[in-house]
Amino acid sequence: MNRTATIKKKAKWVHKDLLGLEYLSKEDMNLLLDTADSFREILDRPIKKVPALRGKTVVNLFYEPSTRTRVSFEVAAKRLSADVINIATETSSVKKGETLNDTGKNIEALKADIIVVRHNCSGAASMLARHVNISVVNAGDGWHEHPTQGLLDIFTLKKKLGRIEGLNVSIVGDIAHSRVARSNIWGLTKLGAKVMVCAPDILVPSGIEKMGAGITNSIDEALSNADAVNVLRMQFERDEEGVFPQQLEYFKNFGITEDRLKKAKKDIIVMHPGPINRGVEISSEVADGLNSVILEQVTNGIAVRMAVLFWLSQARNKKGKDEDTD
Amino acid sequence: MSFSKKANILTKEEIARAITRISHEILEKNRGSKDLAVIGIRTRGYVLAERIVQSIKSIDGSSLPVGALDITLYRDDLSVVSEQPVIHKTEIDFDIEGKNIILVDDVLYTGRTVRCALDALIDFGRPRAIQLAVLIDRGHRELPVRADYVGKNLPTSQKELVQVKLEEVDEEDSVFIEEAQNE
Repeated sequence: MNRTATIKKKAKWVHKDLLGLEYLSKEDMNLLLDTADSFREILDRPIKKVPALRGKTVVNLFYEPSTRTRVSFEVAAKRLSADVINIATETSSVKKGETLNDTGKNIEALKADIIVVRHNCSGAASMLARHVNISVVNAGDGWHEHPTQGLLDIFTLKKKLGRIEGLNVSIVGDIAHSRVARSNIWGLTKLGAKVMVCAPDILVPSGIEKMGAGITNSIDEALSNADAVNVLRMQFERDEEGVFPQQLEYFKNFGITEDRLKKAKKDIIVMHPGPINRGVEISSEVADGLNSVILEQVTNGIAVRMAVLFWLSQARNKKGKDEDTD
Repeated sequence: MSFSKKANILTKEEIARAITRISHEILEKNRGSKDLAVIGIRTRGYVLAERIVQSIKSIDGSSLPVGALDITLYRDDLSVVSEQPVIHKTEIDFDIEGKNIILVDDVLYTGRTVRCALDALIDFGRPRAIQLAVLIDRGHRELPVRADYVGKNLPTSQKELVQVKLEEVDEEDSVFIEEAQNE
């Protein structure tokens, strides 16, 4: 680099891990969103690859089934020239009783640089991060957080509407079991949006209002003033006590349909983290309609995850080195 | 370490003359503006690229495509730089295949930025040729790189810092040298 560029005050990335949007500042999030915006263009090039993470190794450690998130992280790492190793726990030593921390320590001993972990226990990523010196990315831990999904939802909104501050965003569906809802609420409220959650009472967790979100049981109220609606999947597999509403009943009362959207803002943005259940939380017409950005979310997710992997590896590079005081 | 201003190198008028001369040289060497495209290295190389395109337009009336290249992700010192990089967008919205690309930067020094830019450019396709235009060539190359068009050759010591200021980003047009003060 020539040294003529004036060194401006820049946002600094200091985190070893990305565990949740609760732990990031507004500046941290804006740095990731701006970086993702720059990375987005790489995905449309004829050669979709830059050498920024050449020689780094990213390990995907997934204790829960996932296609979208795992593939998205894998693509993101490969676009940055990192090497990627996928561990599906069904075929690993986890089956032989190895603990998460021991698995993490072994991955560290194999000289990997970043672990991307998905686990069905809330707090699993944080625990792993405390036990290893390499970076940990939370790719979803129980009902706690799914920070890259939150960021890609926010990124997609910002791309569509140009801002986050002052937006009204409604999150509809199974809030209680949703890490996506929690990451969205933390991220959106920190960036100045107003968040409203909408679900049957049984699926609204107590204390959610303390995170800064409004609550309603009326889908019409949730849609009436919203600039965007984030539709969550009904996680019937988590209904251990048999208290969830039936699918048809849920669709009738909370499903996002064209009729309901007619009463909302004309250009309301419809998001869904996937996988979608057509005819349960969203109708096919809406999922495939003009308001839907569901597939853009998938593409944007790569750029957001590239930004996360990039900054985590930068933070590691800087460890123990003097900071430039200019 | 701090820096103090040592000498003025180019004024606003001299920068403008250098741009005009480089534009003429580009047209002369390439026998006109056919298949030319100009790509500047962010930030100030891109500003200069836009000025060269304007200048060529006023000479022969052609509107050349102009692009911006961010080379941060291609740097060989990503892991050793002490300040954190800022990543800007690369914006090349034309096909570089078969084009004669004029790559523009403000200062040519070690040659490492140009090496990154060549890698980055070639990821977009296969140009017919790449030529390099710089406002200042200050010497001290660490790689076998040379410029085809130079605004001013400026012998410097490595303790000095060459500052290029351009109106579009710095609110003034000037080039000056600063020297390190040992405290």
